[in-house]
This record gives sequence, C-alpha cells and structure tokens, in this order.
Amino acid sequence: MLLIPCPYCGERAEIEFSYGGEAHIARPTEPDKLSDAEWAKYVYWRANTKGVFAERWMHAQGCRRWFNVIRDTVSYQILASYEAGTQPPAVERKTYV
Amino acid sequence: MSDATVTQSFRLSAGGRIDRSKPLSFSFDGRTYQGFAGDTVASALLANGVHLVGRSFKYHRPRGIVTAGIEEPNALLQVGLDPATEPNVKATVCELVEGLTAQSQNRWPSLGFDVGAMNSVVSKFLPSGFYYKTFMWPPSTKGWLFWEKFIRKAAGLGKAPTGRDSDRYDKSFAHCDLLVVGGGAAGLAAALAAGRAGKRVLLAELDHELGGWLLSQREQTIEGQPALDWVAQATAELASLPNVEMLTRTIAFAYFDHNFLGLWQNLTDHLPPAERPKDGPRHRLIKLRAKQVILATGALERPLCFRDNDRPGVMLAGAAQAFVNRWAVKPGTKAVILTNNDSAYGAALDLKAAGVEVAAVVDLRQNPDGALTDKAEAAGIRVLADHGIIAVEGKLRVTGVKIAPLAANGQGIGQPVESVACDLVLNAGGFTPTVHLFSQAKGKLAWNEARQWFQPGQAGQPNQVSVGACNGTWGLGAALAEGFAAGGGGGQAPSAADHDFQPMRHLWLIPSDQPLGHKGKHFIDQQNDVTAADLKLALREGYVSIEHLKRYTTTGMATDQGKTSNLNALSIVAETLAKPIPEVGTTTFRAPYAPVSFGAFMGRDADDLLDPLRKTPMDPWQESNGAQFENVGQWRRAWYYPKPGEDLHAAVNREVKAVRETVGILDASTLGKIDIKGPDAAEFINRIYTNAFLKLEPGRCRYGLMLKEDGMVMDDGVTARLAPDHFLMHTTTGNAAPVMNHLEEYLQTEWPHLKVYLTSVTEQWATVQVAGPKARTLINEIAPDLDLATESFPFMSVRHGTVLGQPARIFRISFTGEGSWEINVAPSYGLALWEALMTAGTKYGITPYGTEAMHVLRAEKGFIIVGQETDGSINPLDLGMEGMVSKTKDFVGKRSLTRSDMAKPDRKQLVGILTEDPAEVLPEGAHLVADPKQPRPMTQLGHVTSSYWSPNLGRSIAMGLLKGGRARLGETLYAPLLNGKVVACKVTETVFFDKEGVRLRG
Amino acid sequence: MTQRYSLFSLIRNAFSYHENWQKAWRQPEPKAEYDAIIVGGGGHGLATAYYLAKEHKMTNIAVIERGWLGGGNTGRNTTIVRSNYLWDQSALLYEHALKLWEGLSQELNYNVMFSQRGVMNLAHNQHDLRELSRRINANRLNGIDSELLTAQQVKDFCPAIDLRGNGRYPVLGASLQRRGGTARHDAVAWGYARGADALGVDIIQNCPVEGFEIEGGRVTGVRTARGLIKAKKVGLVAAGHSTVLATLAGFQLPLISLPLQALVSEPVKPCVPCVVMSNAVHAYISQSDKGELVIGAGVDHYIGYGQRGSIHVQEETLAAICELFPMFRRMRMLRNWGGIVDVCPDASPIISKTPVEGMFINCGWGTGGFKATPGSGNVFAHTIATGEPHPLNAAFTLDRFVSGFLIDEHGAAAVAH
Repeated sequence: MLLIPCPYCGERAEIEFSYGGEAHIARPTEPDKLSDAEWAKYVYWRANTKGVFAERWMHAQGCRRWFNVIRDTVSYQILASYEAGTQPPAVERKTYV
Repeated sequence: MSDATVTQSFRLSAGGRIDRSKPLSFSFDGRTYQGFAGDTVASALLANGVHLVGRSFKYHRPRGIVTAGIEEPNALLQVGLDPATEPNVKATVCELVEGLTAQSQNRWPSLGFDVGAMNSVVSKFLPSGFYYKTFMWPPSTKGWLFWEKFIRKAAGLGKAPTGRDSDRYDKSFAHCDLLVVGGGAAGLAAALAAGRAGKRVLLAELDHELGGWLLSQREQTIEGQPALDWVAQATAELASLPNVEMLTRTIAFAYFDHNFLGLWQNLTDHLPPAERPKDGPRHRLIKLRAKQVILATGALERPLCFRDNDRPGVMLAGAAQAFVNRWAVKPGTKAVILTNNDSAYGAALDLKAAGVEVAAVVDLRQNPDGALTDKAEAAGIRVLADHGIIAVEGKLRVTGVKIAPLAANGQGIGQPVESVACDLVLNAGGFTPTVHLFSQAKGKLAWNEARQWFQPGQAGQPNQVSVGACNGTWGLGAALAEGFAAGGGGGQAPSAADHDFQPMRHLWLIPSDQPLGHKGKHFIDQQNDVTAADLKLALREGYVSIEHLKRYTTTGMATDQGKTSNLNALSIVAETLAKPIPEVGTTTFRAPYAPVSFGAFMGRDADDLLDPLRKTPMDPWQESNGAQFENVGQWRRAWYYPKPGEDLHAAVNREVKAVRETVGILDASTLGKIDIKGPDAAEFINRIYTNAFLKLEPGRCRYGLMLKEDGMVMDDGVTARLAPDHFLMHTTTGNAAPVMNHLEEYLQTEWPHLKVYLTSVTEQWATVQVAGPKARTLINEIAPDLDLATESFPFMSVRHGTVLGQPARIFRISFTGEGSWEINVAPSYGLALWEALMTAGTKYGITPYGTEAMHVLRAEKGFIIVGQETDGSINPLDLGMEGMVSKTKDFVGKRSLTRSDMAKPDRKQLVGILTEDPAEVLPEGAHLVADPKQPRPMTQLGHVTSSYWSPNLGRSIAMGLLKGGRARLGETLYAPLLNGKVVACKVTETVFFDKEGVRLRG
Repeated sequence: MTQRYSLFSLIRNAFSYHENWQKAWRQPEPKAEYDAIIVGGGGHGLATAYYLAKEHKMTNIAVIERGWLGGGNTGRNTTIVRSNYLWDQSALLYEHALKLWEGLSQELNYNVMFSQRGVMNLAHNQHDLRELSRRINANRLNGIDSELLTAQQVKDFCPAIDLRGNGRYPVLGASLQRRGGTARHDAVAWGYARGADALGVDIIQNCPVEGFEIEGGRVTGVRTARGLIKAKKVGLVAAGHSTVLATLAGFQLPLISLPLQALVSEPVKPCVPCVVMSNAVHAYISQSDKGELVIGAGVDHYIGYGQRGSIHVQEETLAAICELFPMFRRMRMLRNWGGIVDVCPDASPIISKTPVEGMFINCGWGTGGFKATPGSGNVFAHTIATGEPHPLNAAFTLDRFVSGFLIDEHGAAAVAH
C-alpha cells in the first residue's frame, strides 16, 4: 500500500487513488494530420520504464484531481509529486537492466 | 480407551507461568486431559506425557512436539468441531481453553496405527520428485487423473470446515510514530525509550504475554533484579503511558512498501466460547502505517540434522527449556542432549534442576570449555566432546540413542559406539535471526561467517531498524542497549550481563554408521519429509539453484515455511556444491510470517457488506409487490413483476403489451446522471460525443454516442441542455462512474482551460418513466399544471415543472418507442411519485414494467444497449450510426475511425435477425454460420446480441453483430445451437416496430 | 542418450540409493555463436527452444536466462489451463496449446501433472450469462469443449460453492470446460529444459542480457554478462521484462508491466475438485495436489517491476473467496507472492517479427500466459525458424495496434488467468 503525496491533500494511502499511466502525453491537437502509426503511438504506446518514471494519478476518493508523480518502478519509492500541466522536477535517476 | 481424565504426571509442583488454580480440561483424539490456564495445547499434552501428536505429510512418520513456538513443523492439530474447526493449528501456540477439542491429522484409522505409514516402508521408491518421473502410464491424460486421485487423498494435512463460519472478522487502519515488532527484551526497551519520549508507539507481540525469550529463562537478570520482574515493571510503565498501545496475540505478518504493515490480531481464540463477546470479531486485520519501524523479532533455534531426528521425543533444547521454565512441564524423564554450541548447557542445567535426568550432553565441538559447560560439568552432567548422535531409536517415542565419537573431519564416526536409553533427545544447532519482515521489506541480508547466520544488512525502507537477536546482536545487555537507543532513549538503557558464547562447530550433517540415505533418515524439513539425501539427489540431478532445490524437494514449503529448516538446507547445499553459503543465496522471504486467516482479510467485507447493493427509492414498493430483481452494475433493478402463476415470459409479454396499449411505468433512477455546467460546457460535450452539441437549443435533448480514444463505443445516452451553460448527461446504469472518470480526465488533463464543472447527480434524482398511449393523460392527472402537448413540449425536450407539489424535471425521451416522459423528483419523493402514478393509473390498467420488458420494447425499435450490442470492439460505423459521427469537428476517438482496418468490409456490423420459424426464439449468444454442415472449427460470421419474443409482432426478433452484415441483408444464415438444433434465419434491418417513429412523437 | 523416467527406472535406481540419476540438463558454457538464441528461460522460452530443435531441427541454439529457469511468471502463476477463449484467433491458439498439453508428459517424458479436472467460469448476473452463452457457442463451433451449467449443476460439480452469494453475487450458472485444469508449473519449465537439453540445446542460466549487436538493422549477437554471444536469430521471451529488452534493441512495445499476486492456503484434504473462476468478484481458485488452495488475485494497476503488490488486492480476493466459499473463512493464507505481467492494450499476446531483422518477440501474455506455454513455444519456434508467422499466430502482430485489428479479450467477455 503505497503512500502517495497528493499535491492538494497531502500524503494518502494508495487505495484513495486511481492510476493513469505515463505522464506528459499530450493529446494531438490535429489528429487528422497524423498517420495511422503516429496516432497509434498516442493511443497505445506508453513508456513502461523500469526505474524512475513520471506517471499520472488521480485522487479518486479525495479531491478527485489528476496530478503527476515520479516513482521508481522497482523500489516503488516516490521521488516527487507535482500538479498536472507543470514540468517535472529534477530527480536522481537510477537505472536498472 | 478410557474416558477418565489423565492426570498431569509430568507437571512440576511449582514454578512456571501457569495458573494451577484454574484447571482446564480438553480432549485430544477423543481422550480427555487436563491442563492449566497459561498452557498451550503442546505444554498441556506434554504435562500428560503425550509426545506422539501427528503424522508427517508424505511418509506418515509418527511425529511429536519439536519446538515451543510459532516455528513448529510437526505438532499440527485439527482444533474445534466442524464447522468451527480449524486445520493445521500449531499446538505450540494454541492457548488452552476449557473444553478445547483437538485431533491429530493425516492418519487413518488412528494416530498409533496409520495405514498411510506404508509410504514410509516404500520410501526408498519415493525420493524427492518421484512424481515427475512416473505416473505417466497409461499414456493418456486419464492416466495421471487416475494416479492423482490417490495422491490428492494422501496429501493435505487437516480438513477444511464444511459449513458456514458463524464467526465475525474485522479489519482496521492504524497509524503510529513507531511500531515495535516483538515484545522481548529489545522490543520492550525500544518501546520504553520511545514511549517516555512521547512518541505514539504501537508494540505488537505474537505471544499472549510480553517478555519473549525471557519467559523461558530461569536465571536472567535485568537492572539487578529477576528479568521477568523487570518485564512486569516495563509492561506496567508502558501501560501507564497514554501514547503507547500494546497489542498481544498480534502477529506482524507482512511488511509492505512505505512502512506499511499487516498485523493479525487474535481476539477470541483463547477464550472459552461462553466468554467470547457476542458478535465481537474473532480476528482483526490491522493495516498499519508507521513513521518508524523497529524490528525486535528475536531469533529461532536451529535443529541439528542427525539420523531419525524426527522421532517423537526429539525436541529443540530451547523448547525443552521453555516447557520446563515457562510451563513447569518435564518433557521427559531422561534426556540426551546434542549440541554444537553453549546454549544447550543452560537447558541441561534447567532440566536437571527440574528433575529430568540428563544422561549426557553430546557436544560436536572438540573442546567445549565455556562458563556454562563448566557449570554443567560441575553439576555432574556427563559431557561427551567431539561426539555425535548417530542414530535415534524408537518409533512412536524415542527409546534411546547411539552415540559415537566423530572422525577428525566430522564426516565419519569412530569407535566405540555407545547406546544410551532415554525418552527425550534435545538438540541445539545455534540460532537464526528472524529476518523475515526485514527481508520482506526488501532489506538486503548479510552473511555473518562467525555466527553462520544471515542478519540484516542494508534496509529496504527508510526509518526502519532491527534490534536485538533479529539484528544478530547477541547477549541480553547488548539487546537492551540497542533497543533502547533505537527507541530514541534519553538516559540510561536497562542493563544486563552479556554472556560471551564460545564458538560453535558447524557440522551441518551429523554422520551415522551408514552412508546418507541408506538406513534411517536425516530430516531437514520435517513436515514435508525432506531429508538431506533428498537435497543431495536434487543437486545431483542439476536442480542447483536454491529456488529449484526448494521447489523440487519442497523443502521449506510446509506450513512452517522452513523457519527452522531453511538455513540447514542452504548449508547442506553450499557444502555439497563446495560454495560459500552467501553465494548459494537465500530463497525469498514471503509474507505472511505465519499463516493468517482468510477471515481476517475478509474482515467485514462479508455478506451484505461485500460490495453493498444499491437500491432505488422505489425499491421497497417493488419488493413488496413481488418484483423479481436483477443486478445491473452495483444496482438491483426490478427485472419483471410476475403476477401469481406467471413466469418470466408471461409477465414480460403482459408488461410489453401494456406499454404499447395503455401505460406502463419503469423505475429509471439507476441511469447515470452527470450535471455539466460552465461557459464552456457545450464545447466540452461537443468534444466528448461523436455528434454535434454546440447548437442544441436550451430545453432540448439529444442522443449522444461516446467513444474511447480507440474509436470503440464506450457509452450512450441522452443529454439535455437545461440552460445555455448547463447540461444534464445521462449514462447507462453500469457506466455512470466510468463516464464520470472519463469526463474528468479529459477536462483536467487535456483541456484544463475549458471552464466546466462536473457533478455526479445520479442519486440526487428519482426517475419514473411513464410510457404508452395513456401516459400523457395519466401524468396530467397528478400534475395538472404540466403542459405536455407536443406543440409546446415536443419529443426530445425537457421541461421544469411541479409534480405532486414538488419541483420536477421532465424529459420527453423514449427508449420504448412510445410516447414517454421521464419524471425526475428529489429521491425522497420518488416512492410517493411512483405510488401516486400507480393509484391514478389503476383505471387505465397501469402496469409497472421491469428491465426485461424494457429490453423487448427497445429491441422492437432496434435501439442498442451498450455492453450488449457492443463489447469494446464495436465502433459507431459498425452500429450503422454513421449519421451520428460528425465530419466537421474533432472528438475523442475520431481519428481511430479512419485507421486502415476500420474500413474492412468484413467488420462485424449490427443487423436484425428473424428466424424462419417465427415461434423460434434464438438464444442470446448463439452464433451464425453460412454452412451448418461444415466441419469444426467452423467459419463463424457473428452472434446474436439480443433476442426476444415480441408480443406486439407475434414473433421472435433478434439483433446481432455479423461480419459484413449490411451487405448480407436478406441472406439466410444458420445458428447451430448448443442443444444440436440448427435454426435458419434471415438477416434484416434492425427496426422491427413503428419504423417511422410516429408513436414516440405523438 | 538421456535416461528415461519411468516406474521401472525409479525402482531400479532405488536399489542404488538414487545415486545414479543423471542431471536433468547440462550446465554448458556459452558457445561463441549460435544459429538462434532465445532470451528468457521461462516456460515459453524453453518450449520455443524445444520445438525449434525438435520440429525445425535447429539444434545449435541456446536459451539464456538472467536468473534461474522458470523463476519468472512460470513459477508464480496459478497454473490454470483452458482454451475457452472468445475470439477465434485466441481460441484456436489456446486450443493448439491445450492439445499439446494433453500429450506433454509423455512427449517430454516428464510428468507435468496436467490434470483435466475441469474449469468453471461462474455467472452472477444476466449479463454474465449472456456473455457465457456467447463464449460457449463460439467455443463449440471452434471445436472446443464447452458446456453451460445451471446453478444446480455448478453445485453438483463443486459442492463447496455457496450459490446464494448473499443476493449480491448469486451463482446463476457457469461455463465448464472439462478438458481444462491445472498443471505443475515448475515441471513444465524443467520438462522442457530437459527435453531441449537432450536435443542439444544449451541452457545457460545466470546470464543477464546487457545489449544486442545490431548491424544494418539486423541482429548479429547478444551481449551478456558472460560475454558476447553471436547469433543469427534472436527470440525475446521475457514477459514482464520485454520492454527492457526491446529498449536495448532499440524498439518500443505497447506493453505495461504490472504486479500480479497469488497466494496459497495451508494444505488440507481435497475440498475443491476443479478450477473455479469468477470475474465478477475477482476470484480464481483451485486446489493443488499437495492440498493447498491456490488463489489468484488481481493486478495492481500501476507499473511495477518489484514482484510485489499491495495488501488491498489480497483483501479483495479473499473477501470474494469467502463469499463464494463461506467455509474457507477459517482457512489460512500460507504464502503470498507477486509476479510481473506484461499486458497489451487488448489483453492478447504479441508473437511477431520486430523492427530489427532476425529478432522476434513473444510477449504480452498478461495474466494468462501459463496455459499457452506449449502452443506459444510451438508457434514461436515456427515463426523464428521460417521467418514467417504460423497461421495460428498470424493475427498476433505488433502491426495490429496501428491498423486497429485488435483481438480484444478485455471486452465484455474478458476472462483473464
């Protein structure tokens, strides 16, 4: 049960949140101009990083706001959380193979 | 067998932590015994001279009591009577209660004479992994099924209950500054230090009293007083601190990320049934988040591996010491003790003091010369240095041992071999720090070569520390100091002396006069009957990874999870492979530390509280009027309203006809309702739905289709524009929450600049749908102010008004194809509205109709149900809804509709299906083929999504998804049914009734 | 010649105190070059190597494994085998696997304990019943055994089930695939390893991959902790770590890796005779030959390479089990563990060529890959050997996510595990 820092409510248990996958994927503004492959990238392809990863969470049982978290997907350590639409803070990157 | 109560002939007359004023009687295998309050079942059995308590898993060898704690591999009992029975209960931690009923397991017909022990006779043919090599004949899968039946019957230990458990369970969350796991010396010192400093402390101890190892010791002192007096003072002080909570009978069994732990609290098992609080929980799962965690979980004694070390009467030295000191029980009359370290001498002295004859201490070491050794020798105990026990005699109980001097390298024996009669064999192989929780929390273990154990290295969680024996810190004084410091103690730590133990001799396998595996067995994992020879066989066969070895031999996989056996197994592997132990590595420490009841995980999420069923305000009327219900999403909905003698079919036919001919009412409250407000509300909805919404007039409604980004239909429903900046979106019953999430996600993460507010209002309205030719008249009777005339209130519009004196929203929309008004009132008036309509409608033959009739009505009209006509792989084009797909704007999922595969002619498309025999109703889910005679696998063209008897058309109707369906209109296809019948049917348009839609607009 | 396993060899060896058993597989040093290297020594990878050697006569090949054989999802799943999938492509692939399962012990001369005690999928509402009917009809026309049971037939088949479900999750019926069941997961890895080894395949454990040699868009070798190993072809079969390998090879996959948990109870005498699955309450249960109740839990929904999940997933699972089987409330959880499952957007696998020539991938099996093991290895071996997909895996390409031809097992009839 992760302890997730909601930027609006503070630290809360994982069961209050829902997950939204990789962060910083913007919806294309002009989808019609994309090739099938480019559109597929947006719809289906997500980084599946082993290590430090920026991801989206939503405080479903709290403020119901979406925000971003930087988490190590191996150690599950949370390195940062920040509001949706803002840039990720710099964190130490650990790499795994 | 006598029913007379057996007296406690092995009970000491004084001492121990039992209450002799409270005798308790209990039964074991049908015989009644007596013990005292404070006993465990194990100590009470031993007090009565009972050692034989069970049979092993594979060979059905007779087994006794090996330990005095949670690490027990052998003494597993079936406790209680079905259905309140519990299998595989460790007698060593099962507190004795009056009237307790225990039975031995895995034996037939009796514990003393067990037919399964045949396995033991043929054990040479049953080495580890024998089942991988055989039972492959006859060469069909039936062959294995045949053999497996016998294996399954022989396996298992106890029996699962067969009836419903009437006990309650509970769970709770907890938070604290500091969690201390373990109430021994180190844990108490830590809790004292932190408690005095004002921290919010929770101390969890699995035993029913605090003190840990000290409870089984006689001569330890702390602060110059008897250690248990100090324990009592410390406990009293902790109890006096309001910021400290002590939980006994509570096992910290799992350690998760971010310092989150699972604790299992046993609340009533130690109470006689009459004293258990009525309706109180039996077990509680405590889910605890701690700012800081101190692990003070102690260490477990390791057994030695010698021939036939599993006979009843073979026991760990520390356990024997505990039985003598804590429970005042003599575990035998004459003992031989085998040891590789000093700890056994303490046990020898305590046993001797209690009147047990200690025939000899057989010490593997060449020159044992510590203080304790001297003391034992001074007490007249015979010490045989550089000797080993090479055989244990006796079957149902130890009768003696053979002792021999060891060869110089410890790999063989010398002469002379001496036989010593005894009824108790103790063994002491050193200690293993209890690092389970540390390791579960992803801590890295470090090998201590001098002590030959793994101890905590780098911790895996912040603010976590191990103290005392579980940290590899030896000695009472050192443990107290370490615990006190970790607790943040100001002032002086409690002081105690440290004994400087002499080095051990690490002889992982005690030789006998036979080659390993030839005669007798050196057990490693007693419960799973894994021997040293099995380990060596596995290694010979190439299962050299420790995980392979564990899985191939099953060592460490029994109900004790290898607490006493894992390190011995590892050491034998390392020795055989000539590798250092840390290079062989450990297997993963997996939760739980000790088995935890399913009930605790269930807690109160049982019966009515497991995913509670949502009911509408009108549900009570429906229930009392005989409605049959179906569950849809989280709701229960009236399915149909049978009159006496009616089945589903008859009731639905009547309901459907009523709606078409007079008037029917449906409880539509469960439909999802989302209030969408704000200057950009129209723009937002326009981006979500496939069709245009910008120009929808206030007061009007529009059907919308919602896709996921992959272009597949997610939901549909009618959205009304209540005001220029205010909409109400309807969703399907099951999708209310997913649609709300979908909207919020896009609004917040893709278009945060849009000024829109979303509110779920599903429960804020009760909705009654009134449909049929008499609907308008009926509504006007209870709401005369409403103008329902089509000119002023046309189809697909919404009005505000007053119904029964209450503000109401009325939507003129139709899912039935009839003139239909959905009246929404505050939920507290829903029932009143329903009853008023029923009363006023009696003269029209008003008929409440359920979801099944609704499905028939909408199917007659060819309306789809998302989740029935769609399955996540269907797009609007497949449904023939091209007209709903805007070409001029972007919307969620639009781009996916032009991918190369979306235009394929063989995509499944929605069609109508009419059976050639109008009386034949296709089963939903039936598949269609062109040639029913083709061999299987057949080329399947599609399936029936909805199928009903239509009483209005007097024939069956169906819809389905069909490959290239619209090009097949008029074709005859075949549905081969599960019952073997083949039904011919025609592909048609989907609208079967009132194709022009005259009725719903009228 | 590899020693044959049989009752007679067991008896014969007993008289030499089992001293003369051969190694199940060699522990060779890697050669400088192979015709093909399979990366990943789980069931799927070992099966691939076995069929490459047996059916395609490629014997100069190696399986390299970063840890120990079968240490990933092969040894961590709930061992359910069935083929009653909804879509034709899935059903025919899993049925191919099921047919191989039926002769696997004899094929490998290693008892994988494939036990066809039947798999039931419960229906708790009208929607479930409709979907079951759809799936059963599809299965039957595909030549796959599948039956619709009434509630009473469910009770007869597995008497421990409480049909009432307290009104919330009543059991209204079930699908039954009698040919489904369970197998001994470790034995599958070991049996294939022994079989492949006997055909000359080098099985190299403790050999993590550090990178790939790629020249002109074509793979030429694998860089490992034990040096560079040249290879004409490379097959990646690394489940939860597929993305990591693909990244090393310079291409992307539409996968996410999620923690999936399972647990067992203490062993008891037989009380669950078959496999029982319920999607609505998220519970999957069978009883092992040892007597343990083997219970599959759901996934944690975040990306996790930690082989561990959260306690609330266990709570949900056990609450569901206690609802279906109220008598198991007094049973105890003995062991709980996690694996890393690689999930595709459509919950179907990828068995495909990759953008790197000579490199092939087999991944995306999500929560249900164990049952496919023999079939997956068989068709992947064909794909690697011939450079073209087997008809049974032709639909399971990487391209489908671009064209939109998904095989969506998530959909209404989604049944994982």
